[in-house]
Amino acid sequence: MPNETTSPPQSVNVQIDGVWHQFPKGTRVIEACEQAGKYVPRYCYHKKLSSPGNCRMCLIEMGMPKMGPDRKPELGGDGKPTINWMPRPQICCAQDVSEGMGVRTTSPLVEECRRGVMEFLLINHPLDCPICDQAGECRLQEFSVEYGNQGSRFLENKVKKPKNVELGPRVTLDDERCILCSRCIRFCQEIAHDDVLGFIDRGSHTVLTAHPGKRLENNYSLNTVDICPVGALTSTDFRFKMRVWFLKETKSFCTSCATGCNTLIGSREDVIHRQTPRENNDVNSSWMCDYGRLKFKYVDSDRRLLEPRVLQNDKLTATDWKRAIANVALQLKHFGGWNIAIIASGRMTNEEMWLTSRIAKSLGTQWIDIVPHRGPGDDILLSEDRNPNTNGAKLLGLTSEPGAMIPKMVEAIKSGSLRALVVLCENPLELGLTADELRNLPAFITMSISQNESTDLSTAVLPSSAFAEKRGSMINGDGRLQRLNRAVRPPGNARDDWEILRDLLQALTDSNGVYTIDDVFRQMSEAIPQLAGLSLTKVGDLGLQLVNIDESPAPPRAPKEDDIELAEAKRPPGR
Amino acid sequence: MYSWLILSSLAKIVGILFVVILPMVSYTVYAERRVSAFIQDRPGPNRVGPAGLLQPIADVVKLLIKEDFTPAGVNTFYYWLAPCLAMMPSIITIAVVPFGSTLFDVPMVIADVNIGILWVFAIGSLGVYGIVIGGWASNSKYPFLGGVRSSSQMISYELSLGLAVIPIFMLVGKLRLTDVVRYQIDHGWFIAPFIGDWANPVKWLLAIPMLISFFVFMVAMFAETNRLPFDLPEAEQELAGGYHTEYSSMKFALFFLGEYTAMIAGSAVMVTLFLGGWHFPGIPDGSHGWIFGLTNIVVFFAKVTALLFFFIWVRWTLPRFRYDQLMRLGWLFFFELALVNIFLVAGILACFHV
Amino acid sequence: MAIPASRPNLNWRERAFLPAIVSGLFITWRHFVRYIFGRTKVTIQYPEQTRDADLPDYYRGTPALVKDEQGRIRCVACQLCEFICPPRAIKILPGEIPTDDRFAKVEKYPEEFDIDMIRCIYCGMCEEVCPEQAIFLRKDYVVTGFTREEMVHRKDKLLEIGGVMHGVVLKWNDKK
Repeated sequence: MPNETTSPPQSVNVQIDGVWHQFPKGTRVIEACEQAGKYVPRYCYHKKLSSPGNCRMCLIEMGMPKMGPDRKPELGGDGKPTINWMPRPQICCAQDVSEGMGVRTTSPLVEECRRGVMEFLLINHPLDCPICDQAGECRLQEFSVEYGNQGSRFLENKVKKPKNVELGPRVTLDDERCILCSRCIRFCQEIAHDDVLGFIDRGSHTVLTAHPGKRLENNYSLNTVDICPVGALTSTDFRFKMRVWFLKETKSFCTSCATGCNTLIGSREDVIHRQTPRENNDVNSSWMCDYGRLKFKYVDSDRRLLEPRVLQNDKLTATDWKRAIANVALQLKHFGGWNIAIIASGRMTNEEMWLTSRIAKSLGTQWIDIVPHRGPGDDILLSEDRNPNTNGAKLLGLTSEPGAMIPKMVEAIKSGSLRALVVLCENPLELGLTADELRNLPAFITMSISQNESTDLSTAVLPSSAFAEKRGSMINGDGRLQRLNRAVRPPGNARDDWEILRDLLQALTDSNGVYTIDDVFRQMSEAIPQLAGLSLTKVGDLGLQLVNIDESPAPPRAPKEDDIELAEAKRPPGR
Repeated sequence: MYSWLILSSLAKIVGILFVVILPMVSYTVYAERRVSAFIQDRPGPNRVGPAGLLQPIADVVKLLIKEDFTPAGVNTFYYWLAPCLAMMPSIITIAVVPFGSTLFDVPMVIADVNIGILWVFAIGSLGVYGIVIGGWASNSKYPFLGGVRSSSQMISYELSLGLAVIPIFMLVGKLRLTDVVRYQIDHGWFIAPFIGDWANPVKWLLAIPMLISFFVFMVAMFAETNRLPFDLPEAEQELAGGYHTEYSSMKFALFFLGEYTAMIAGSAVMVTLFLGGWHFPGIPDGSHGWIFGLTNIVVFFAKVTALLFFFIWVRWTLPRFRYDQLMRLGWLFFFELALVNIFLVAGILACFHV
Repeated sequence: MAIPASRPNLNWRERAFLPAIVSGLFITWRHFVRYIFGRTKVTIQYPEQTRDADLPDYYRGTPALVKDEQGRIRCVACQLCEFICPPRAIKILPGEIPTDDRFAKVEKYPEEFDIDMIRCIYCGMCEEVCPEQAIFLRKDYVVTGFTREEMVHRKDKLLEIGGVMHGVVLKWNDKK
């Protein structure tokens, strides 16, 4: 055991429950205890927020080294400093470690303190766990079992406070359940920079409320629900929908913008019920925006496509996958490469993009691009680029500048030189094409998850999977490779996008040797130097930072004016 | 002459098959359920008809109107063939068994062939095909295991079965089953020498190997008919019913009834070989009047019924053997016992010049 | 790890098994004869004779939802029974009680509450886990139907079987 002379200058020795540990300077005592395997219960403390020290749950016994007359610590029989224990318990969330500090987290005094604090907290807390959405992940429940009393000694009437208060469009407050930890207030001040919450009144009658005339409506409001240790703040969207113990939590990430916040998808029996942020300090800390969090409803929509459909007698008719893929391949084989355009999407995974680029190569087309999606961003998490995988598209050579080729494609379709259009997970009607122009295309193949105006005009519709229904990888705006995991199964006969593309590639080229998504990634990692040596498993739950992400292979050559004439000349007669 | 033979044979076939054997099969099932119930202190089926006597009819109606399900992936031809193969051999076996003396001067045996016992073994051993084919054609692991178990079990016990009857034919000198019965009438039942010339000490001496033969034959018959304690091919607990797991409706019923028919046929052979056939002391044969002829038939089936009861009784008493025990018992005990028994009889015959 | 099984050492008589088989045959014979002469009587003839009158208080029949003296459906759709149910027979769709309702304070109620009686194994876990004393196993045990649909007890049916429960804790009062 090193003493202070041998320890590195940046770390300090701390005794926790009789065992000496080393921690870097500036570590909070509560974090030090946790790292030493001694969890200290807490309500108000959150490691990403400031420490007000108002819940008193983390009381511990603390001591400082006993100083001799020479202002040097007196050493005990074991060569370690003797500790002078303070007579009163201290909160450990607002204190940093210091040299020779002693901590006791399990002494009788500490246990007595915790029992007392729990009893006070529960005096006015309603006994409505059966209807409370937090039940099952409630700190009050957990610590009451671990550190609390068995019963209540309280005989008076509990304080009545407002219930079912609408704090904002997405957050509902139950003031009776609030234990006044102020995490939500601090979050709004420090993270969301929207200081709208506060306490009013005094003593037992203190209630949490929004500033008069204001509401909790910033784009990060639902994070307050996550950090609320009790059931006071509940998500209006998730309220009373499903008990948390039913939810299967799948590690995934949000695909609503290029940030790619890490998430947990809570699903039960193939229905997604909520999305919560997952800590990843390289991407999203512990937060995510409400916009991305609530953007999963379309997965369970009524408009989901359930069957592959092909055009038969001028009607889109449901068929099986084998026939649908054969039909699509037949439609595409009628055209030369210059007559075919592929509009891909920045919402596809790397694997899908890789297969798409291989399909483009086998068709011999250069008309390929992804559709840019942009929206207002902020300085916290939300990115202006609403495509989650623009970097992947660049890396895999689908585009050099998203959307650069789209206007030319539209023009070529309008002029009639592009005869076959493959649209993957996008709606071409949003790109300036009219329904009539699409209807006049001899081959218009759509891969989409839900039905829209453009799928109705297609000559073949291939139903695919939403982000929560598939495995795959994407590269976020900072060049971080992250992995999607399947939380729910796709509805009906819809399939994984990569499987559809794989089968299509097979039908077009008669060979591929790809059986699993890992095979796709292997091919990709062999061809793309930035991905060399990687596999989906190695990506891990927290993702991997890629280097040299900008050195993408040469993007497809933009077609020139004469290319369109060339295409016209090459077009088989009668089409 | 021939037309009379054909007519009388037809009458005997129809009479014995549809009037005696088939009702007997269904009522053996009923008896099985009732006896097992009594042994277990409960009433058993007692609702349909008086004392539940119409239960077999209700069962048949139920089985007929049940869905006849054919699982995917079965070999259809053999899947359909197997239940028939399970039922037919046992019925055919009965053709050579004399079930009475004579009635109106017609011998009460359908085919009085001079290779009687060979016929019984030849046809009886076909019964295993129904089970093996059924187990294989079902395209399912449990029936397959049941079929495999059944085939090896049958091969093992058929040996003892055949060896056990050799002493009888050493004594009788003929293979015709009517001759076996006739010999027992003259010289006393093989396992009961006190009937007939009881004062002859050689008879008593011969009774020892005969009892051994009877014992080996009976145990082998239990194994041949897949009855407890040898019902490993259809062990419900291990094989979910064995070879007939994938069968339903009337096809299942054929397997089920086939087992009981085999029981009846086996009992009939056993009665003929060891228990004096239709003979009972003091009752003359059918040449003394049709009433005696009828009585002989009744005696025969009374003996069969008693054996059937014993079959059922044993089933609800003993647990199942383990497979290695079954094999060891068959190959290392009964086979040797039957073999030694032959030499024993031969020795006795040589010493006493019987 | 292989555990050597200890097998009893049998003498030659025991190894022959025949005495044991014979004594076994006698045991079953004794039962057979005794039953035939009516000396054993352990079964009853069910539809004619029943033991409804002697069912113990802890008898576990069909699960049912109860109302209390105030006429409130006691269930608050906490879904603990759905969670605990070993054969997953219970399906609950929670709903929110409108604010102008008499029992608005309770906030949550079961909009749909189905128990699939084909699946139910009458284990009583739902009654045991219920924090609201809302589900009880009643003494009815004759649950029949011609279709699967019929065998699913909906909320109305469950409340009909359950009826009103007197003397349960009234938890959702003003004191709470």
